[in-house]
Amino acid sequence: MKVVIIDYGSGNLHSAGKAIERAAREAGVAADISITSDSGEVRDSDRVVLPGVGAFADCRQGLDAVDGMLDALEFAVRDQGRPFLGICVGAQLLATRGLEKTTTAGFDWIKGDVVQISPSDPAMKIPQMGWNTLEVVKDHPVLHCIPTGESGWHAYFVHSYHIRVEDPDDLIAVTDYGGPVTAIVGRDNIVGTQFHPEKSQKLGLSLIANFLTWKP
Amino acid sequence: MLKARVIPCLDVKDGRVVKGVSFVDLIDAGDPVEAAKAYDAAGADELTFLDITASSDDRSIIFDVVAETAEHCFMPLTVGGGVRELSDIRNLLKAGADKVSINTAAVKRPEFVREAADKFGDQCIVVAIDAKRVDDVDGEKRWEIFTHGGRQSTGIDAVEFARLVVSYGAGEILLTSMDQDGRKTGYDIHLTRTIADAVTVPVIASGGVGNLDHLVEGIREGHAAAVLAASIFHFGTYTIGEAKRHMHNAGIPVRMD
Repeated sequence: MKVVIIDYGSGNLHSAGKAIERAAREAGVAADISITSDSGEVRDSDRVVLPGVGAFADCRQGLDAVDGMLDALEFAVRDQGRPFLGICVGAQLLATRGLEKTTTAGFDWIKGDVVQISPSDPAMKIPQMGWNTLEVVKDHPVLHCIPTGESGWHAYFVHSYHIRVEDPDDLIAVTDYGGPVTAIVGRDNIVGTQFHPEKSQKLGLSLIANFLTWKP
Repeated sequence: MLKARVIPCLDVKDGRVVKGVSFVDLIDAGDPVEAAKAYDAAGADELTFLDITASSDDRSIIFDVVAETAEHCFMPLTVGGGVRELSDIRNLLKAGADKVSINTAAVKRPEFVREAADKFGDQCIVVAIDAKRVDDVDGEKRWEIFTHGGRQSTGIDAVEFARLVVSYGAGEILLTSMDQDGRKTGYDIHLTRTIADAVTVPVIASGGVGNLDHLVEGIREGHAAAVLAASIFHFGTYTIGEAKRHMHNAGIPVRMD
């Protein structure tokens, strides 16, 4: 199985690559993992991972600057239906628009806007930085065998923005940070996590293993 | 619910772990990658490497340490020490750091924080503030920024500086009390709370932990989002698990998985 991690100058790709390698090994999946900015490799891949950190507009700009990458994503993910995992800003890019600093178009694969989180208690810090549990809104294969709820496992979040989905059916899981904050979105063969599975120890490795064996 | 974080800090010099008592007497305490793996397995919420390598010739050693750590540890890693230019940040992030902590360079030129946050995102820029109590003015406590391991005064007010760097995009403040560091009598709670209440971003309390009640105080009374400690963990006085159980029993939400 060929797994590509798209390199467009954003984020800690080394960690994502190592986490996928480890999760694949533990899940007994023979994965050929490639960190690449070659759109041809994305077209030929079996699974696509899009990481992303920083500001939405910068990520979008960085991705646009990679020759043929948007078309390759459209082909592999939308036309061919290959499983796609977006991480943090890589997940936010799925939305219709990002409203961080300026208004920027997303892929519009998941309807909704990326807006600032607004915890009910004004004393709560922004960004949300640290470990939080997940509340499942809708069952999803990537959460298979992962304990959720208040006494469940934890995911590592670092973010000030999240996707506000238009269609509630696209919301897979939330986390509580002065109210519900989007943690996982998904539609068809597409899934996106606001948290960093590559930094979320056993929850993250389990989620990645589930993604690698997912047959949408 | 977001959990309070427990963060062991490893001081690294020439690729080896050391822990300075008040940043002066250094004792070699092992291989940083092995220590990182042990902390990862023990349930640390993040790891911080502070590179105190003196010679700029040897500073590239830390990149190898970071890269090797990132191969084995799937938890957030912050690296600081000697970060002066955007290229230092880029190299550390590329090696596998998630956050980079800026200290002296931010004091010398606060705009550096803005440039770094614009370039790499607020979330990965931590500003490390070393603060020391100075004479009270009209009964109000004051703290100033000190550099060079607490030896050099800058005359800059710590609270104002914290607000400034946050306005420039710092995503987190790593706050060390130079009065308390190495004393094992607890964090400077007044300092921690004053800065935590003054800024919108999370504050990591640092400097002075001697027992587990100090961790509880840092969160509960200091309003810190995370507690950092070094020697109590390095010398095996307490384990990460003991620290978290103690905090949990005191009613502080921590991650136990």
